[in-house]
Amino acid sequence: MSSVTVTEAPNERELLLSTSPHLQSRWTTKQIMWFVVLALVPSVISAVLFFGFAQLLVIATAVVFAVGTEALIQYLTKKPIAVADGSAVITGLLLGLIVPPNFSLVFTALGAVFSIGVGKMLFGGLGYNIFNPALVGRAFLQAAFPVAITTWTVPQFAVDSVSKATPLAALKFDGVSTAISPLIYGNVGGSLGETSALAVLAGGIFLLVTGVANWRIPAAMTVGLIVFGGGLWLLDSSYPTPLFHFFAGSFLFGALFMATDYVSSPITNLGMWIYGLGISLVLVLIRVFGGLPEGVMYSILFMNAFVPLINRYTRPRIFGEVKS
Amino acid sequence: MKKQVSLFTEYTKGLWDQNPVFKQVLGMCPALAVTVSAMNGIAMALATTFVLTFSSLIISLIRKLIPTQVRIASYIVIIATFVTVVDLVMRAQFPELSKELGPYIPLIVVNCLILGRQEAFSSKNTPLRAVLDALGMGTGFMIALASLGGIREILGSRTLLGVQVMPDAFDPWLVMILPAGAFLTLGLMMGGLNQMVLRKKTREERELAARHLQKPKMSLEHGQEA
Repeated sequence: MSSVTVTEAPNERELLLSTSPHLQSRWTTKQIMWFVVLALVPSVISAVLFFGFAQLLVIATAVVFAVGTEALIQYLTKKPIAVADGSAVITGLLLGLIVPPNFSLVFTALGAVFSIGVGKMLFGGLGYNIFNPALVGRAFLQAAFPVAITTWTVPQFAVDSVSKATPLAALKFDGVSTAISPLIYGNVGGSLGETSALAVLAGGIFLLVTGVANWRIPAAMTVGLIVFGGGLWLLDSSYPTPLFHFFAGSFLFGALFMATDYVSSPITNLGMWIYGLGISLVLVLIRVFGGLPEGVMYSILFMNAFVPLINRYTRPRIFGEVKS
Repeated sequence: MKKQVSLFTEYTKGLWDQNPVFKQVLGMCPALAVTVSAMNGIAMALATTFVLTFSSLIISLIRKLIPTQVRIASYIVIIATFVTVVDLVMRAQFPELSKELGPYIPLIVVNCLILGRQEAFSSKNTPLRAVLDALGMGTGFMIALASLGGIREILGSRTLLGVQVMPDAFDPWLVMILPAGAFLTLGLMMGGLNQMVLRKKTREERELAARHLQKPKMSLEHGQEA
């Protein structure tokens, strides 16, 4: 998958002068963004299926406020209003899918405003944000309303009261492990879009096959999870298995939709491997030894901060350059 | 001999043009740590102003006696004296406030704002100017800490100076009374203020450029006439 160039097709009669890279992707930024929106549809469906139609309201609030904030800021700063590129829609959708079921609409709106306002526009808008905007919004909500954001609703088809907590929290605080199969379907407690591995994988594989998301990042994260999570499990089998790590919580959602964000992930192939492995290392450390049951959000944000550094050190050698 | 600025400017420069927090980015430690509420911010700023004013006065008075090699040590001794005074007075008179500000009162000793003003100003100026400068800086510090503390208090605990200002329906943002809230608020405030200054500057520059553009044009016309 070649790197994605943001340039639109120029007027044929004009001579276009531009700096490298000259390879252009088949798709424009706009098309790619709407592909991602499409890929998130299964997760939205699973959220409605397991937690009821009220969740559409939460997701819609996040989207409306994300798009509204972007439009408002672009209007106020007298920049062209570019909400039609779909990037704000994605941020809103992602944020809506990583909050707990029946989350307060006021908080959701606030999170969306913070995501776009502070996480994206303050850095200069699309293409300039260091951190994944949706995760910035989630991190803000986590810090501002720690109780509300960890209040989980029992899914509609819950079989026992254990599912009230998320599988990771149940394991960490009560020592109760959850079987793998409900994790795959999504009949467990958790954030709206993360519970159903099946729905996340459906959208994610669509993105990987179309090449919209680079496969190296989720691959590196999976390898990292197997190495670090599996390593610990081999040392002491009381630690969760890598399979549980893989399906529980928001690992899949994070790996496929969050970590693959173009702007906040490395651009070199080697860099993507380093980035993905780093996320998994931090994730396993937080999940196994940290105070929080889940660490996907913080581990991705943490590695986002390293992306400029990774890019710098994995810069490919210029053709003909002599190793000094 | 450099041109002397007016005594009035000596005081007012600390309020905005050289505001210790927003412009010089000095004294960040107390600015971030104690501003959970407006009252804490004001108390901290008052304590700092007291120490700053009196140490500036003393240091300015004996500025010609202090050997250059040991000046920092001498400043610290003088500053520490006044910090001890503040600390003991606060503990005796306002035990609750003293408990809330905790170690940050003794830490005024190492506040770079105070040492910075001694090194940059009172060691080179007359006592009157040094005191005015210190009072100005102290007021500027208070403006910054009170506004920072006010914003954090309103959003983080619904109150301002202990009086509830936000309705019960408003859920307090816990992050605002945590350290992260301090960084967030201060960063956004500084960014906003810089943006304001920048906008004003570009507007002025544009006007200036427009005026300059007109001038050569006129002379050219004159040349053509001749």
